[in-house]
This record gives sequence, C-alpha cells and structure tokens, in this order.
Amino acid sequence: MAAHSRGHPAMRERGFSPAGRPILFVSLHFLFLFTAAAASAAAPEEEKFTEELLLRPLPDRKALAHFHFRSSAPPAASVGRHHHLFPKAISQLVKKYHISELELSFTQGRWNYEQWGGFEPMSTNNAKPPGVELWAVFDLPLSEIDATWKNLTHTLSGLFCASINFLESSTAFSSPRWGFKLNEGNLRYGALPREAVCTENLTPWLKLLPCRDKSGIAALLYRPSIYKGYYHSQKLKLRSSQSLGIILDQTLTVVLQPNSVSGEQLHSNHGQLQPNWSMRHLFNRKLSGKCLVSKSSRVFIEVDKGIVDKVNKSGSDLSWSNEFFVLSNSPDKLIKGQNHLIQSSSLYVYDASNYSDEKPLDVGITWKLPLIWTCTPSPFHASRFLMGSGNERGSIALSFMSTNLHKQISGNPTDCSIKAVIFQVVPWYVKVYYHSLEIFIDGSRKTVSEVVDKIHVIPSEDKLLPGTLEMLLRFPCSMQSGTLTLDFDKGFLHIDEYPPDANQGFDIPSALVSFPEFSSARSYPEIDPVLESPLLENFQENSVVKSYTEVLLVPLTTPDFSMPYNVITFTCTVLALYFGSLLNALRRRIGEEERELKKTATRRGLIPQLLAKLRGQKVDPTESGSSSESSGSKKLLFKVVFVAVAAVLFHYFSNNS
Amino acid sequence: MAIRYWPMAAAAVGFRLVLVLFGGDLHLASRPEVSTPLTSLRRLAEGYWLKQASVSPYSGSMYHGSPLLLSVLGPLTNSRADGHHAHIYCSLIFVAVDFLAAMLIRATGHKLQMARSRSLKLLDLTKAVNDTVNVSAGDVASLIYLWNPWAIVTCVGSCTSPIENLMVVIMIYGACSRLAPLAAFGYVMATHLSLYPAILVVPVILLLGYGPDAPPPKVFLIKDNDKTTRQRVVQQFSWKPVLHFIFWLFIWSCHVLLLSSVILKKVGGLHEMFEKTYGFILTVKDLSPNIGVLWYFFAEVFDFFRNFFLIVFNMNIIFMVLPLAVRLKHRPCFLAFVYTAIVAILKSYPSAGDSALYLGLLGLFVNELAEMQFTFFLFFGYIGVSLLSPVMHNLWIWRGTGNANFYFATGLAYTCLQTVLLVESVSSMIKHDRKLRLLVTS
Repeated sequence: MAAHSRGHPAMRERGFSPAGRPILFVSLHFLFLFTAAAASAAAPEEEKFTEELLLRPLPDRKALAHFHFRSSAPPAASVGRHHHLFPKAISQLVKKYHISELELSFTQGRWNYEQWGGFEPMSTNNAKPPGVELWAVFDLPLSEIDATWKNLTHTLSGLFCASINFLESSTAFSSPRWGFKLNEGNLRYGALPREAVCTENLTPWLKLLPCRDKSGIAALLYRPSIYKGYYHSQKLKLRSSQSLGIILDQTLTVVLQPNSVSGEQLHSNHGQLQPNWSMRHLFNRKLSGKCLVSKSSRVFIEVDKGIVDKVNKSGSDLSWSNEFFVLSNSPDKLIKGQNHLIQSSSLYVYDASNYSDEKPLDVGITWKLPLIWTCTPSPFHASRFLMGSGNERGSIALSFMSTNLHKQISGNPTDCSIKAVIFQVVPWYVKVYYHSLEIFIDGSRKTVSEVVDKIHVIPSEDKLLPGTLEMLLRFPCSMQSGTLTLDFDKGFLHIDEYPPDANQGFDIPSALVSFPEFSSARSYPEIDPVLESPLLENFQENSVVKSYTEVLLVPLTTPDFSMPYNVITFTCTVLALYFGSLLNALRRRIGEEERELKKTATRRGLIPQLLAKLRGQKVDPTESGSSSESSGSKKLLFKVVFVAVAAVLFHYFSNNS
Repeated sequence: MAIRYWPMAAAAVGFRLVLVLFGGDLHLASRPEVSTPLTSLRRLAEGYWLKQASVSPYSGSMYHGSPLLLSVLGPLTNSRADGHHAHIYCSLIFVAVDFLAAMLIRATGHKLQMARSRSLKLLDLTKAVNDTVNVSAGDVASLIYLWNPWAIVTCVGSCTSPIENLMVVIMIYGACSRLAPLAAFGYVMATHLSLYPAILVVPVILLLGYGPDAPPPKVFLIKDNDKTTRQRVVQQFSWKPVLHFIFWLFIWSCHVLLLSSVILKKVGGLHEMFEKTYGFILTVKDLSPNIGVLWYFFAEVFDFFRNFFLIVFNMNIIFMVLPLAVRLKHRPCFLAFVYTAIVAILKSYPSAGDSALYLGLLGLFVNELAEMQFTFFLFFGYIGVSLLSPVMHNLWIWRGTGNANFYFATGLAYTCLQTVLLVESVSSMIKHDRKLRLLVTS
C-alpha cells in the first residue's frame, strides 16, 4: 500500500492507509519523501491514472456501460525507463516501434446504430466493427513502416493472446490515405472480422491497469455478466508524442440487458417495459471505493437528449429525482452537455472515492413514468449487403437510408448536399470491378461523376494486396435512399489457402462510412476545469460522425480437398498420353508399318489364341502357318507367369520380414 | 462437291450480327469456356478504367492483355448503347474480325490448293488422287471457321480471342503467299497478344523458305529417278524471304514495343507489362476454372512442386516442336496447324476460341486427311464435351450439388479428345504421304 504512494505524494493527504499500519506507512513516507521530491522537481508532470464509468439507459430497454481508464506517462526523457503506474509493456512497444497513434479493438456483436444512437461520441468513438480492428500511425520513414507493422502485429498478438499476427500478411492490411483518417502514408489499417473475443483477451488487457480488477471500477467487471451482453467492445488507444508523452486509453463498452426482477418492471407502454436497474443488476457487483492509485475515479449516469427534452417539456427541472425517474443515490454534480449549442444530454456524476467497502455505491435508475425516446441518428443509415447467387460472381451494395437529420438541424434548404466518405477494404479473392460502380439515388441511375467527388482505389493484387476503396460522395439533402453497387468475381484459391472450415465462407471486413460535415463533439459549458475527466475530454473532441457497416460473408467454391493425388496422376497421365502417342505417331517407319500390315492380315489375335489354348484346342498350324507366332505367345505366357511368381514371392518375403 | 460459299458465309455473318444485336445479354462473357483471364473484355474495361484514373492498367490482378488492345478497344467498352448489352461495339468489331479471318483462311486454302495441284501434276498423280476426293479446301475451312459454334460463341461472348486468332491467320496467310512483312506483322502481333504463337516461327520460316505444302521431297526424287532426268523439281530453301521476314520481324517488334511504352508512359513501364502478361501466362497465377486441366492441377498440387510442374508443362509445348518440324518439314502449313492445336491443348488458359482456330485450320487439309480415323468418335466427343461442360459447371458453381471433380472430368475428357484428334491427324497425314509415295513407285 505504501509502495503505491511513492509516486503520489498527493494521496497521502487523503489518508487512505489502513489503520493497522500507520507506523510502517509513516516510515516509508519519510524514506521516499526525498526521492519523490526529487522526481517531482525534475518532472513537473507525473504518471497519472484515472478510472471512469458511464452508465446510460438505452431506448430498447438495455443499458450501456462504458469503462474508461487512462494511464499517461510523461515524455520519456524526464523519467527514464522506470514506470510507477504506466504499463511497461506498452511504453516499450511505443518506443520500439515509434508509434505515434495506435488503436486496437476487440469487438463482439454489432452496434445498433438505429436504437443506440449514431450521432454521439459513444457511437463514433466506441462503436467498432466485429472482430479485431487495428490501426497505427508510425513516426518512421515510409520504407520501414511495413516491416515495423509486421513486428507490431506479432507483439500485440503475444500481448493480447489473439491472432493479430494474421494481420502480418500483406493481404490483410492496407494503407488508406484519407478515407479512414488523413495521413501522409504512415497509417496502416487491418481488420480480422472473424476473430472471436473472449476473457483470454480481457485478462491481458486488465493487466495493464495498475489495480487490475482487484479494486476500483474495474472490479465491476464480473465476466459472466459482461460477456452476456449484446455488444462488447474492448479497446486500447495509444497516443504518443514528444511533448505529451504517452497516453493510453483503455475502454470497454458493453450493452447489457438488465436482469431485473419482473415485478420491478413497473411501466409498460406499447408492450415495452423500461426496466429499473442498478449496478448490482448489471454487473452482479457493487462499487466499493476507488482504485487507490487513481487520480480520479468517477461514475457517470447519462440520460439521453430524448429524456432531457421530455423532462424539460414537462416543466420539472432535471434533478436526480424528477417525475419520470429517480436515481438511487444523490449525485455529487450534474453536468449539462451541448451539441451544436442545443442541449443534448445530462450527466450525473458520482465520485467513487466517497464510497468504500462498508458503504458501497450501487447507483441505479428507477422509472416512475413510462417513457419512450429515440437517440439522434446519423444523417444516413448505412448498410451493406451482397447481391447475386452462385459462386462465380456477385455484387456488393452499399445502401444509405436518409434519417432526415438535416431537416432537424438546418431547417429545409432545397439544394444542399451531404458529404459522405466511404472506406472499404476488400480481400483479394473478391475481385472487384471498380469500373462497374453504379449509383442509384431514389431509384434512378446517376452517372458516377454526379455523385462521386473524389475516389482513390488501390486494386487488389492476387495473393499480395487487398483492394482498398476510398470515396468521397456528395448526396443531395433531399435524397431518401441511395445505393452504390460494385460487381465482383469470386476468386479460386489454392487448397492450402482455405481455412479449416472452408465451406463457411469468407468474411469481408466492415466498411466505414463517415460524414465529415457532422461532428459528434459535445461541449460542457458548465464544466469545472478542475474536473479533468478524460472521458468527458474524449466527448469534447471534434470527431466526425462515423458508422461501420455489417461484415459480409462471401461463400467461395471449394475444390475437392481429398483429391490432390488423383488430380496429379490424372493430369500427368493425360499429358503422358499426348506426348507418348504423338511421338509414337512421328516415330513410325513406313517399312515397319507395311510389315505390320502384312502381319495383321494373317494374325488371329492374341486373345482368341490364348482362349483357344485354355480350352485345350490346338491352334491350327496350317491356318496361321507361323511357328514364330505361337512361340511368341508362349514366351509371353512365360513372362506373365514369371512376373506373377516374382510378385507373390516378393509379397511373401516382405510380409515375413 | 458444290458448296454455295457466299450465301453460307453471309448467313454466318448475319447469324453473328443477329446474336450481337438482338440476342440480349447472353452472359457468354462470364462462361469459363469462352473468356479467360487473358481475353476477358470485362477485365479490359477494368484496365482501361484504371488507366483513365492514371493508375497503371496492370496494377491489381485484373488486366493481363496488351496495351495496344487497351487503347483500341478500351474507349469502346466505355460507351454503352441503350438497349444493348455493355460491349456491343466491341462485339461488332469482333464480327468483322472473324469475317476477315475467314476470308484469309479461304485465301490460304486457295494457295494451298494451287500448290497441291501443281505438285500432283509434277508427280502425274492428278487423276489418281482427284478421283477420290477433291473439295475446295479453302471454302471448307473458311466455312468451318464461320459456322463453328465455338467460334460464334467466342465472337459474341465479348472476349479478345478473335483478334488473337486473326493475327495467327494473318501470319499463316502472309507466309503462304510469301509476303514477309505481313507474315512478320502477324507473328509479332500474335506473339505480343498471347505469347504461345512464338513457336509458329518454325512453320513460318519453312513456308517462306520452301513454299506451301508439298509431298515429301523423297517422292519427287523417286519420280526423278524413274524419269532419269537430272532436273530438280524439289524446291530449294530460299533465304531471301526468310531474311526479309527477320528484318520485318525486327521492325514490327520495335513498333509494338515503342507503341506499348508510349501508351504506358505515365502509368508504368514495359517491365511491368512483360511481368503481368507473359509472367502471368507462364506462372499460371489465376486458378479460376477453364476447359483445360492446369487450373485444377495447380489448385491442388503441393506448393513445393509447383515450380517443377510449371517448368514441365511449359517445356512440354517446346519439346514437340523439333520432332514435328523434322517429320513434317515439307508440309509447313500443316505443321502450323499442329502447333496451334498443341498450344490449344497445353496453354495455361485455354478457351473455346483457341479450339475454333485449329478446327478452322484443320479444314485446310480436308483432302489430305480424308482417310482420318475416329472422325465419328471425335465429332460426337466434341459435341458431348461442349454440352457436358456447361452442365457440370452449373452443377458445381451455381447449384452447389456437384463438385469441382465433375467439371475437371470434362476438362480431362476434352484434353484426351484433342490429343486423339492431333495424333490421328498427324498420323493420317504421314499415311497420306506414304500413299503418294506408293502411288509414285507403283
């Protein structure tokens, strides 16, 4: 316990030392006083750790829990190689591979953009495509980046017990220029849509936290309850620079179904009951205090814009106990958020340091009145699907359904347009014909130049490169539905390239659609600058509205996996037949041919002769008139018998030995 | 036998036009029998699109054809006439190309016919041979080429095979009529488009040196001895047209390379072109099914042996060049047919268009090969394979009820059939020569 306080003289004032060991604590305190003072004198900044949890009721009776842990280390020069809180593995990784930004996410399930929101920091930053997604920006010369990326995938694969090393192959990663994130060619992006996410990935992730899951907010991560959810996304984001040092954000976003008792579901509306829940319902745990080394430890309860609007409309103020709902504990603070100067959501803040084992925090929400609200959607709802049947060709279609958001925001202008950026990586065995791009807006076909402002294609190279498509589109505001289609041929692979379960099909990673004119940033005008909440900082960051589309499953034809020997022998036989018979036809001599012709005119054929012999009949010597013929067949018979005897003997001896 | 040639030829062209204009989209372009990764017009359109986007047309693994085709056919793939399928203009060009090829085959046939009757006259065999069969070989061959269902399907099915075939025919016609520049042009273009016609340099040089097909020189010698005249009727190898040919070969190659490098100037170089065209042909990188056997072989063979078998299969084509040239040097035109047939059997991405070419050329030797065996079996074999192959492909790819072996089996059967046709035609040509000799000696 005292060891924790080494780097944190500030903690001592709070008096968290256990009552039983004051003497030890005080002595250690004095022992390290000088070193701590020296360290703080050399480096004004120190390693920091904060932990936060955000809980939010979702319109479809589910609850969102978002854990956010930030560890930061000051620039390397000031502290040398030693770390008190910051995970050493990560700082070594950053130093070795010269990473300036990195994001790794493990996701199971799909973020429901219609129900859970598509126009807010949560969906743009923390909704990730299923499976593993990794991108990194390197601070290296361009020629070294690919090799560094390969090493990085192996390191991460070892760190997180996942098959991230499959991203090593050049067929698995791409380098987008502007479709994903603007960069100078030093960004690499890779996704493994089929990677299963499990607790074995969570454990190494938790190991990076100073308190692991032993105390503080991370202690809420009761595995059976968080893996039971509808959506589970575990993310690690690194930023590093000379001035900032390294900032490591670890987030875990889960969407859970509160397992409340049926009697507690008080209100029904159109058959829908909003469940009452608390932390104990969601995680089977209560929060008993903070992680001692954390600088701040907070729990937020966020209520959506939809609820806030209803509460405001009803005339009551937005206190923690109003006529619609009541929170189980009184919050320490209420923060109102704004988006585009419109009040959006409200946050009730609880400081976890006020709670302890004796007085655990079990904050929850109880509904008083039935309430139906919706989340703000993104300007277009993007989805992607496959068209066509059979295993030869098909089409990828991206469809955009308008959510009429622009009407809410900017009235109803007649000739405005909405920009959308599409970024899509297609594996090489899906051979896309980019010239076949067709665009339909509200059912009528448009020429490509009418809609596409900018397009950047890296065509796929067989067994070498995936295809990358980056496209900037401009849709008219009045568009209700738009569709883009691209034709493709399905590739045929070598038998070794098929995965073990080849008939399941192959996954095409999610496409990313972003709307650069729309920012999901929130502002908190009333926020206390002393609050220093990394989670709210993230919410305030100016990030464009993004949404990931579905993963596509493409079935590919398979060859017969059991056939290699048969195919090799058959093919070689046919070629031998060609070669042999053609050479034989060329080799024939006319003289021989004529002799042969004479012979065949007089010959009776070998098989009738043999048959006659077997029957015991004598071959008519006058008819064939050639003793050489019969002696020839005798020789042949002798040869056959000899070979048969030799074979039997060989078999016999080989069996004996 | 009187064949009303012109009505038949016009009907064939008309039939093609009807299919192109009113057939709608027959989806022939996606048939593996018709278009291969090398000849697919769809891939050409993709290459052209990439080039327009100032990316190398060879970036990505779509286009593997010539840059010349790209600049000729590319703009046509872009324009789309209403109510017709995508590549209507290209298809119209292919109809013209097919007609031209048929005309050249006919002219070649007439040249061969003249040479044949001249040599028969020299041997005093005109009566003995003409009694049995005498058809205008050129007309027959040209009609076979025009009415061959595979040639029609290839022409209508948007692939560039008709142009490759035309170049081979131009080369043979030029060599037969001793037009060295034309022969060199055909040779350079055919080699540039699909590499394999490179081995046809042997028959072309023989044609230019010795002239069109004739009975073996021995027969003439026997004849001479009988007559005890010292006058040599056997043609000497004349070097002049051959040197001419080599000179023009050089000039045309320079032209083609120069044009290619101009077209690819800003978007990639000649090195990339060779790698993506010839390299792609020789290393069998695309494993999509076709009527040959190599795709399945290389999809199944162990990676360790891949290079070995690549060498074996490519050498297999070259191995037969010399023995055939030695044995059939007096019949260079027939030698050219045999080489095209070998190429069609063993090339890495065979298609029906290659078969259409050698079947058309086969018609040139209708008089010599009259006594060929197994013709009934071969005829129905070809029909059977061309009916079964789409069925098996459908079962495997579209319905999922069959598997790859079904389709591979038709490929095997087809290769066997072609082998039988090849061997039978070679041996019956040799028999024909022997018959001539027997007739002379008797």
